[in-house]
Amino acid sequence: MKMLKSTLAVVAAAAALGVSSFAQAGATLDAIQKKGFIQCGVSDGLPGFSVPDKDGTIKGIDADFCRAVAAAVFGDAKKVKFSQLNAKERFTALQSGEIDILSRNTTWTSSRDASMGLVFPGFVTYYDGVGFLANSKLGVKSAKELDGATICIQAGTTTELNVSDYFRANGLKYTPITFDTSDESAKSLESGRCDVLTSDKSQLYAQRSKLASPKDYIVLPETISKEPLGPVVRRGDEEWTTIVRWVGYALLNTEEAGVTSKNVEAEAKSTKNPDVARLLGADGDYGPQLKLPKDWVVKIVAQVGNYGEIFEKNLGKTTALEIDRGQNALWNAGGIQYAPPVR
Amino acid sequence: MQNQISAPKQRLSLSDPKVRAWLFQIITVIAVVAMGWYLFDNTQTNLQHRGITSGFGFLENSAGFGIAQHLIPFKESDTYARVFLIGLLNTLLVTFIGVILATLLGFIVGVARLSNNWIINKLATIYVEVFRNIPPLLQILFWYFAVFLTLPGPRAAHGFFGSFFVSSRGLNMPAAITNGATLPFVISIVVAIVATVLMAKCANKRFEETGVPFHKFWAGLGLMLVIPTLCALVFGAPVHWEVPELKGFNFVGGWVLIPELLALTLALTVYTAAFIAEIVRSGIKSVSHGQTEAARSLGLRPGPTLRKVIIPQALRVIIPPLTSQYLNLAKNSSLAAGIGYPEMVSLFAGTVLNQTGQAIEVIAITMSVYLAISISISLLMNWYNKRIALIER
Repeated sequence: MKMLKSTLAVVAAAAALGVSSFAQAGATLDAIQKKGFIQCGVSDGLPGFSVPDKDGTIKGIDADFCRAVAAAVFGDAKKVKFSQLNAKERFTALQSGEIDILSRNTTWTSSRDASMGLVFPGFVTYYDGVGFLANSKLGVKSAKELDGATICIQAGTTTELNVSDYFRANGLKYTPITFDTSDESAKSLESGRCDVLTSDKSQLYAQRSKLASPKDYIVLPETISKEPLGPVVRRGDEEWTTIVRWVGYALLNTEEAGVTSKNVEAEAKSTKNPDVARLLGADGDYGPQLKLPKDWVVKIVAQVGNYGEIFEKNLGKTTALEIDRGQNALWNAGGIQYAPPVR
Repeated sequence: MQNQISAPKQRLSLSDPKVRAWLFQIITVIAVVAMGWYLFDNTQTNLQHRGITSGFGFLENSAGFGIAQHLIPFKESDTYARVFLIGLLNTLLVTFIGVILATLLGFIVGVARLSNNWIINKLATIYVEVFRNIPPLLQILFWYFAVFLTLPGPRAAHGFFGSFFVSSRGLNMPAAITNGATLPFVISIVVAIVATVLMAKCANKRFEETGVPFHKFWAGLGLMLVIPTLCALVFGAPVHWEVPELKGFNFVGGWVLIPELLALTLALTVYTAAFIAEIVRSGIKSVSHGQTEAARSLGLRPGPTLRKVIIPQALRVIIPPLTSQYLNLAKNSSLAAGIGYPEMVSLFAGTVLNQTGQAIEVIAITMSVYLAISISISLLMNWYNKRIALIER
């Protein structure tokens, strides 16, 4: 059923591509303001990134990024509708105009940036890398010992290519079994069809938390590739691309300045710090330059939080995933998350 | 006066139904072509404007990912065109095995439904009612996740004769490795087939002339066994067997039938056979009972009655709907994407589409392939249908 649905979606999107009119600069923002909400493409269920809770609300860092964009554009983080897409459907949905932003743990690569009619605004939601999840019964301690292993992969991902590169580079043999959804590949790992499951490391922790007995599985130490995950928009609308990029930077800048959802309203009124005053719209016209309201950053932080808050809420130590900030800490705290200044 | 009457007939007029018919057909053709051109042109313009690469150049690029099952040699640095070929062959493999098995099973169940034996009859009825009323995708998922993946892992595989192993990795079996005696053995089989065909022709001729029957089946079987055996005795064993061995994670050496292929083939066979059984039953029922009685009164026993009188007449009714079932089976093989069998839809319209982002080209190629497969099956079955059709005088 899922397959039929996804195939139909791809065909429909391909057909829609045939008849829709083409993008112009500014057209995306105009259309969004006219319809009153942002259509955001997220994953088909990945804990920590975008997964529906028991009330059907989509939770996760990718979903919260879309909420931040909605807060910036409309002043209301709720004005966003989500489309759950699998890895195969995601680009066609964006190309055809079915969604306005794709925020779906998507790896930024040169070919995706250049040849698909899409563009990565440049903000990286999460710095990731491909790793392996193995049953501890196998007694494997390192990915180098995986010669001859059967590997479960999700179809249509950069992981498929990275695994092949890694095994070729190390002269190892493997058999790939590719599934449409991450749930199917997890089920196959549990049943023993595969020796290891491979995916971005953040996803491995998320998938392990969904298994029947997570303790029996270990994440191998190797990280075999660079996977910068970030939002994607259609090519050809610089205005919209700029907005999405700066919403990301606003999240980082507020964390760096110590502005949180708790103190943002007070800071906006009474800050003495000129950096914070510019950022929160108390000084200058930086919001309107982006075609956004003056207080766009205040709305984002008050309703969604800064980058650190979003990270901790969805992926951090208080969650089932327990992921360290690691590379995703701010540049002045040992990580590589760095944002240009608002001024 | 005559000129005046005939003149309006020659002039083109909308009140002339012939002219109207032509006019409307021309308008329709122009409209269809214009619509097609508009869609094509608009797509091209949009793709260009959005900077989406188009065209079929991507087929020459290196794929860079691995494939679980390939009937022809494949390595990661091969092109997308080769990936396409592998997907196509995997689809054809499932279709081919599925059609043969479903036909055999369908005929057996169909005949069983007409059996006078109560138990056989009811078992066949239950089979048909259960399997044709469950959607094929669910059956595929059932066979895969509930049957094949619940088998023990390779280290605890069920072994048979020390050389066949059943595990959640599929069925591992010895591979036949060719050697110097292989060619003579293949030649001896060809010779045996030719001898059998000649024997059958002679026997048929004698039967037509004299009416003396000859045990063609047993004689043929004898020829097929004796000639290759003699050859093997002279030249030695035609192949040597490479037995799979458990090494590290999995079995090494030998041939393997992956569980995705087994689950898919089994599910499609069982599902389609339920429909074929009903078609066979309707075909046999369509031959009037008078035919059976006539055959019996001529002294034919039940076996030959079924083979020589009932089935040939029933086939006329069976073949056309059987064609649709074969087509359904070919198309249903695309449901394999749900269990990760690397066929056309999952491999080409899935992985390749996503890696290249060229949705329109990839979907167009995939649709053309299914169209081509289906039309080939149709043509073949129509030819067979014509051949067995009753020649009426």
